[in-house]
Amino acid sequence: MNYFKQDLASLHADLVAKKISSKELTQATFDNIKATDPKIDAFLALNEDAALDQAAKIDAAGINADQPLAGIPVAIKDNIVTKGLTTTAASKILENFKPVYDATVTTKLADAQMVTVGKTNLDEFAMGGSTETSAFKQTKNAWDQTKVPGGSSGGSAAAVASGQVVAALGTDTGGSIRQPASFNGVVGMKPTYGRVSRWGLIAFGSSLDQIGPLTRGVKDNATILSAIAGHDDHDLTSSTQAVPDFAGDLNDATSVKGLRIGLPKEFLGEGVNEDVKAAILAAADTYRKLGATVDEVSLPHNKYGIAAYYIIASSEASSNLQRFDGIRYGYRAKDVQNLEDVYVKSRSEGFGDEVKRRIMLGTFSLSAGFYDAYFLKAAKVRTVIINDFKAVLKDHDFIMGPVAPTPAFDLGAEIKDPITMYMNDILTIPVNLAGLPGLSLPAGFSNNLPVGMQLIGRPFDESTLYKAGYVFEQNTDFHLQVPTLGGQN
Amino acid sequence: MNFETTIGLEVHIELKTNSKIFSPSPVAYGADPNANTNVIDWGYPGVLPTTNKGVVADGIIAALALHATVEQHTHFDRKNYFYPDNPKAYQITQSDKPIGHDGWVEVDVDGVKKKIGISEMHIEEDAGKNTHERDYSYVDLNRQGTPLIEIVSKPDIASPAEAYAYLEALRQRIQFTGISDVKMEEGSMRVDVNISVRPVGQEKFGTKTELKNLNSFNYVQRGLEYEEKRQQQVLMSGGSVQQETRRFDEKTGETILMRVKAGADDYRYFPEPDLPALNISDDWIKELGDAMPEMPTKRRERYVNDLGLTDYDAMVITQTKEMSDFFDATVALKADPKMAANYLQGDVNAYLNDNHVDLQATKLTPENLAGMINLISDGTISSKMAKKVFKAITNGEEPKAFVEKHGLVQLSDPAKLQPIIDDVLQANPQSIEDFNNGKKRAVGFLVGQIMKQTHGQANPQVVNKLLMTALQK
Repeated sequence: MNYFKQDLASLHADLVAKKISSKELTQATFDNIKATDPKIDAFLALNEDAALDQAAKIDAAGINADQPLAGIPVAIKDNIVTKGLTTTAASKILENFKPVYDATVTTKLADAQMVTVGKTNLDEFAMGGSTETSAFKQTKNAWDQTKVPGGSSGGSAAAVASGQVVAALGTDTGGSIRQPASFNGVVGMKPTYGRVSRWGLIAFGSSLDQIGPLTRGVKDNATILSAIAGHDDHDLTSSTQAVPDFAGDLNDATSVKGLRIGLPKEFLGEGVNEDVKAAILAAADTYRKLGATVDEVSLPHNKYGIAAYYIIASSEASSNLQRFDGIRYGYRAKDVQNLEDVYVKSRSEGFGDEVKRRIMLGTFSLSAGFYDAYFLKAAKVRTVIINDFKAVLKDHDFIMGPVAPTPAFDLGAEIKDPITMYMNDILTIPVNLAGLPGLSLPAGFSNNLPVGMQLIGRPFDESTLYKAGYVFEQNTDFHLQVPTLGGQN
Repeated sequence: MNFETTIGLEVHIELKTNSKIFSPSPVAYGADPNANTNVIDWGYPGVLPTTNKGVVADGIIAALALHATVEQHTHFDRKNYFYPDNPKAYQITQSDKPIGHDGWVEVDVDGVKKKIGISEMHIEEDAGKNTHERDYSYVDLNRQGTPLIEIVSKPDIASPAEAYAYLEALRQRIQFTGISDVKMEEGSMRVDVNISVRPVGQEKFGTKTELKNLNSFNYVQRGLEYEEKRQQQVLMSGGSVQQETRRFDEKTGETILMRVKAGADDYRYFPEPDLPALNISDDWIKELGDAMPEMPTKRRERYVNDLGLTDYDAMVITQTKEMSDFFDATVALKADPKMAANYLQGDVNAYLNDNHVDLQATKLTPENLAGMINLISDGTISSKMAKKVFKAITNGEEPKAFVEKHGLVQLSDPAKLQPIIDDVLQANPQSIEDFNNGKKRAVGFLVGQIMKQTHGQANPQVVNKLLMTALQK
């Protein structure tokens, strides 16, 4: 059994029609993961016994037509806590850590009767763009195992692209859903800040982090987002905005006629790969042909996004990661003489280089005498960037552009060069700074590697992005192409 | 050389909320270690704080009670430092925009009134508690997240006596709002103190020292008095005061060096990204302000001007809101204010001290106290009999019923007293003769005899009147 090409709706139909049971589907998923994961290393932990039990229970209770996700396997990025299932954030400091509570998103997926099959690899604490900073394993690109899967949600993106699961959750602080989605030729949504509860997401940059779905198609993505979105009393930054039936609304999405799309000139500037540029310009033509207008617009302060982001995200991270101190849980260094030793040695041994680099950067930015010049200045730049977007989105329904300047790069190519790595995020970071929704979807290929397109919308207007993405999908075939994974699929 | 002293006080007040400031765990004392905690209090990965609205309300109430301006657009900040009792390694507090600023309280030191400024007050979470044994240290997070208000004085306090008066004024006003028990002995009020001295006329403040282990208002005053003299002596002998933390020794009354401060700590404050900014509406402030009880200063004015109490009586009655409310309720039931005040300061306070209870925990009621006082006023019982009645009302008994049940009614009816007086006069002709010869002493003897005959129940005033009439016939 290989359900690689099936979407949520067809899996659901098969389950309701009892062509397959949830237990069979779940078992097939584990079989498939075991067969393919040695090649791509997407998973850090599998939830085999509990998942098969849960699937059997769901089968016993019966799956109804109004439970679109019931009995379907899903993978969760390993910086989202899962009760009783190891959650490491890909860090040695949380190795073997078993949470005593569930994140709101995992509770919601469980309520929808999805079956959590495992936890996917990521850059340590989601800090990175290639999943190479994981303390445990190196995930590979589903299309070419010599390439990075992107990051930080590299495990989730590779798992979905390779057909291990039909859907996975990722998290996005500066592009960590969209960029790996782009590198692996899948669909990834970074929702509006506040759309999805962060309760149970191991915080990196609290004012930037959002959880979102990675799927093979736009409609599946919309279905999952409706299931995980909504206000949560545990997260006061979660919004009370009503959650639309994003997928249901796609049924009448047949046209982009009359939509006004902005294409920022800065998004196709220096450093953007020619194939990527070509794919985006072709996508713009597709939209024009379908009746939308595409204007060149400007986000003049986009170039300051990276600097502002690395100060704000690192400052918040430096504070958020202080709780990993070796006292209550997680890694504690041995051979310590006193309290300071516990702190210094546990953290020195428990955190990897990239995490330490950002802790130092953030600690410096918040220090007395530097706060105004760094953190406060970055906060001001953030406001300027928000205003850039506001100006464009006032008379444009959404913005389109590339997700990343290049397709997936070679494993090991950039990990020694943090600045080059950081520059990869130049097109995704401003969206997090502005708290806007960003959708990444397949829009082309470059040397057999997927190229993604990014659609950026108004706050809480994921609907328009899904509709525009869905119409694009209906009129192109990029999403239908699948990696061969050395002949496995 | 003449010196002037500058004292700064940082007062932490623990709020009486049901749950913690950022988690739903209960705020309660005496539980097993870590019993009142959850994942938020543990600083677990992935948890988020949620703001207890009641704490914000208490912050507004404190600001209003201390004449401060409520900051309507405020937020929380993180104060970063590592310590095992601080599980997130940051404290959620307010640094940038405290909920209240620029307040004051009025103090009275030896009849001189002075306004002491309050620079700011902010709401924040308390830390847990570490305890140390030989080989291990233990962390109890029950206290972690208990809501606090920190109140910071302006450098207006110029003497240890003013510091004491400031603390007392602060304690009273907060106590009247009901947001805290404000008891230093129970830790619901804590005081950090700093003091500096400088030669009169010098513009720059002197180097300040901080004092620790000041567990009562008295210790605060004594510690400051010692430290004030010590700093003056250091300066007079040509030395300079070091920036240091000193510990007050209760036994000797001296301060002892604990540690020298190397430089300012860098807590890397920044706005708490997990909590939205607070926007406090005019309506909310008004609603809380309207619900505020009358403050002790206002009540004292009323007691002195309208009810004729002395300043001292008014001060004692307004020590706690409960006492003052009890007094008001007693007077509202037509009890004589002076008598009510005397009973509250005398018998009631003695009863509370003997039994180590708060007024609200006793069976005493304003109804019963007023009932007893009114029985004295209308002559039904004597103040001597009232001793027994007071004991009864501490057990919740109704005074009139008690008096009747035990036949404690004072004998005031002339028709009943006259025969007894006549009998006594008849039995003591010598006394009548003595009286007629100008020996006034004889009256006392006769009254004593009458009281003896009536087992002490005769109303002395009525007896006196009837006896004098009989003797002067």
